[in-house]
Amino acid sequence: MGPGVAVSRVLGGRVMPPSPFHPTSFRLDVDEFDERASLVVVGNGMAGARFVEEVLERGGGEQFRITVLGEEPHGNYNRIMLSPVLAGESHEDDIVLNSHDWYADNGVTLRAGVRVERIDTAAKVVHAADGSVTAYDHLVLATGSYSFIPPMTGVRAADGELLPGVYGFRTIDETRAMLDAVGRCEKAVVMGGGLLGLEAARALQGHGLQVDLVHAMPHLMNVQLDAEAGAILKKSVESLGITVHLDVFATEVFGTGHVEGVGLADGRRIDADLLVVAAGVRPSTDLGVRSGLEVERGIVVDDQLRTDDPDVYAIGECAQHRGEVYGLVAPAWEHAKVLADVLTGTDPDAEYHGSRTATKLKVAGVDVAVMGINTPERDDDEFLVISEPKRGVHLSVVIRDDTLVGATLLGDTRKVAFLTQAFDRGAPLPEERIRLLVDLSDGAEEVGVAEMPGDSQVCNCNGVTKGAICAVVADGCTALGGVMDRTRAGKGCGSCKSLVKQIVEWAADGDLTEDPSASWYVPGIPMAKPELIAAIREQDLRSVSAVFAALAPAGKEDAKSKMGLTSLLKMLWGVDFVPEKDGEFINDRVHANIQRDGTFSVVPQMKGGVTTPAQLRRIADVAEKYEVPMVKVTGGQRIDLLGVRKEDLPAMWSDLGMPSGYAYGKSMRTVKTCVGSDFCRFGLGDSTQLGIDLESRFQGIESPAKMKLAVVGCPRNCAEAYVKDVGVVAVGNGKWEVHVGGAAGATVRKGDLLATVDSPEAVVTLAGRFMQYYRENANWLERTYDFVPRIGLEKIKQVLLEDSEGLVAELDANMQRSVDAYTDPWGQDGGEPSTPGQFRPSLPLIPLPEVPVR
Amino acid sequence: MSLTELRTSTAYTVGRVEEVPPGEGRAFVAGGVQVAVFRLRDGSLHATQAACPHAGGPLADGQTDVDVLVCPLHLYAYRWSDGASTSGTAPVRLYPVRDVDGDLVVEV
Repeated sequence: MGPGVAVSRVLGGRVMPPSPFHPTSFRLDVDEFDERASLVVVGNGMAGARFVEEVLERGGGEQFRITVLGEEPHGNYNRIMLSPVLAGESHEDDIVLNSHDWYADNGVTLRAGVRVERIDTAAKVVHAADGSVTAYDHLVLATGSYSFIPPMTGVRAADGELLPGVYGFRTIDETRAMLDAVGRCEKAVVMGGGLLGLEAARALQGHGLQVDLVHAMPHLMNVQLDAEAGAILKKSVESLGITVHLDVFATEVFGTGHVEGVGLADGRRIDADLLVVAAGVRPSTDLGVRSGLEVERGIVVDDQLRTDDPDVYAIGECAQHRGEVYGLVAPAWEHAKVLADVLTGTDPDAEYHGSRTATKLKVAGVDVAVMGINTPERDDDEFLVISEPKRGVHLSVVIRDDTLVGATLLGDTRKVAFLTQAFDRGAPLPEERIRLLVDLSDGAEEVGVAEMPGDSQVCNCNGVTKGAICAVVADGCTALGGVMDRTRAGKGCGSCKSLVKQIVEWAADGDLTEDPSASWYVPGIPMAKPELIAAIREQDLRSVSAVFAALAPAGKEDAKSKMGLTSLLKMLWGVDFVPEKDGEFINDRVHANIQRDGTFSVVPQMKGGVTTPAQLRRIADVAEKYEVPMVKVTGGQRIDLLGVRKEDLPAMWSDLGMPSGYAYGKSMRTVKTCVGSDFCRFGLGDSTQLGIDLESRFQGIESPAKMKLAVVGCPRNCAEAYVKDVGVVAVGNGKWEVHVGGAAGATVRKGDLLATVDSPEAVVTLAGRFMQYYRENANWLERTYDFVPRIGLEKIKQVLLEDSEGLVAELDANMQRSVDAYTDPWGQDGGEPSTPGQFRPSLPLIPLPEVPVR
Repeated sequence: MSLTELRTSTAYTVGRVEEVPPGEGRAFVAGGVQVAVFRLRDGSLHATQAACPHAGGPLADGQTDVDVLVCPLHLYAYRWSDGASTSGTAPVRLYPVRDVDGDLVVEV
């Protein structure tokens, strides 16, 4: 603490009572009936206090009698927030993390204002400056770092304390002292052009002081930024009115009794009545050295944060792990978690393997985000830089083996959420690398989630705003599935799911809880699809109830999993599937699409959209006979009879004498066609016949989500084949293009060209092979427009065209089995209901909600 | 003597147990009240109001497990234990139902 500092008040708590301890050596009595082990933490900063929280969270309060010794008299406060306090933007009370009362409430003994002098590792006690001796079973050192004061003539007064007017920038007391001084000062020099120095300079300048920043290195923030980015930052800092001196260090501090200026190595003198030294920090290792622990740059620890003494651990900035000493809070908190796992026995084998550090901060008013390395290190590293000095923007990424290994964002951090994800989890990168740094406007322009106003609607189906999502996250729900359950966002058509995910990630600031169920095929069975399929085959499970009994936790059935399982089992077993009506959604139970008033829609099959006068006449008769409220031509080139009563369904099917068009299922729906070569003067191929052939072969094939197909006779695309799950385009000379993964619904996506083949038969084979690959590998309700990009077009081509995995014969055979298992459901259940009351009305009495009859 | 309105429930036989297939629901009328009766795979019987409190969906067409009933229209789920919605909408009304010698008896 600097001289002349009056400690007005203890931050985060009550004023400490006068010490009850006798000044000579004494031993603190412990309750001899307390059988809990003694856990002593030295250091009450961000690492030590977080560690105590993590221990308590794991029920460690039962196991341990916890004592925290802190050198500062305060409760635990957020050191990162000292800059806003110095700038006058935050009040010091706002940065308290754990008050004295918190320790008392949690049964933790906090002895604040007590400096530990020595550890006797043989006797397992710590000796403190107040003469106390505290016994431990486990000792955790979290002593942090201290401000490094470079050697300068005159920087210290005769008593070894810093010359009045010279401050480090590390503690709340130093911050208070500076705030106390700014009113009396006019000129400040800040030594150090790193993060802390820049923030101090900006804060002091905000208080009206003239500020000179002296940095010994050739560019600002040299640890995080490359020279080019540093130069851009310098311009931004200078535009604030701060004078920057680079590549020069101070050798002397002038003034007797109070600082009057600094002398630089090149002979210049800068007058100042306040000097802030922010020339870096050093791990506080004195205690470790004095106590005989192994100390290099920091206190050396292993992967369980253990020092060379088996009962002494070190975490946070004072620890050195695998040669690394971290100066950021995130690694310290990871240390705290691992050590809490180890000591409480929650996970005795937990290990810490180092941190990938990513920081996002605002320095001197400029947004900066930095992760990993900032320049390429190997010959084949990819390096992309966007530099706009005029705008103060400098963005760069370093990519190694298709993985993001570093990124620097200065002046524009809109892409930080995605980059952090990619960096932390090795998420796949876009092929066009520039998309890592900027959003290209190609119709799919995305607004950064950070910029979206809180009241903008994210889920249009359920009317959920960004604000509502953020509120649930702020409430502590950081798992995507949990947020979706609570807000219903993304639970309608699902097209906003990825946006919801981005918002949750942004709102949770990267602290996202991994949702294990996200990888499960259905929520009620904790298995991914390949695992589930293997188990079903191995255990010969042929019905939904058999799957629940064998594979669900405690054999418990789950309503929301039944439909997905029914689909999967039908696909796997074909005719050998054992159907259970309650495993089906109502649409599949009655082979029609339920409407908002509980009535149904009936869509007869009309292959390729081709019909006949006789068919039309029959449809017209049926519509009149059953007083169908609406007859409508669908988007899939068929005719829809809407508003049909459930009890009328079997009779209508019988009168129609046409097979089901499967307009209700998660299955192959329809194949749209154009008029092709028969009539069209542009047609290059007989698209109509090929469409009919495709629909005949794949009719009613169930799949993870619906599949819509189309065939067009030329690239004019009249039947929209480019935006279908499977779209076929005649390109002349007997050749056909097969596109996959297209969509024109809530999501619009042009399909990817899978292959160009030279006969209609080859189209049928390839389309079937693709659909079977999709059926076997897609997640439940995952449309092809998500599936194809997820697997990757190249991979799909290798598997289906080059047979890279030797799967082709099996895919073809499996599809053939499904084709053979087809029966028309209308013919099947029309005569005799498959369960009692299959077609009984479910809403018999109340007036139906009025759907207008046109 | 205070005037207290006494509400009594009346039991109605609405049909036979075998009219409701295992795991499914069917709608019935009990003394002028529409009810949906469910027979779960564990054999237990449950009865609710017939229309979903959210948007009037036909609950008897829903899907079930031992904990919840899921409406077919918007997939809102309701707990058998107390009728509460797990998705934050109004609760569904439950009615006592029992099997009396194969008859479905619902109290409304």
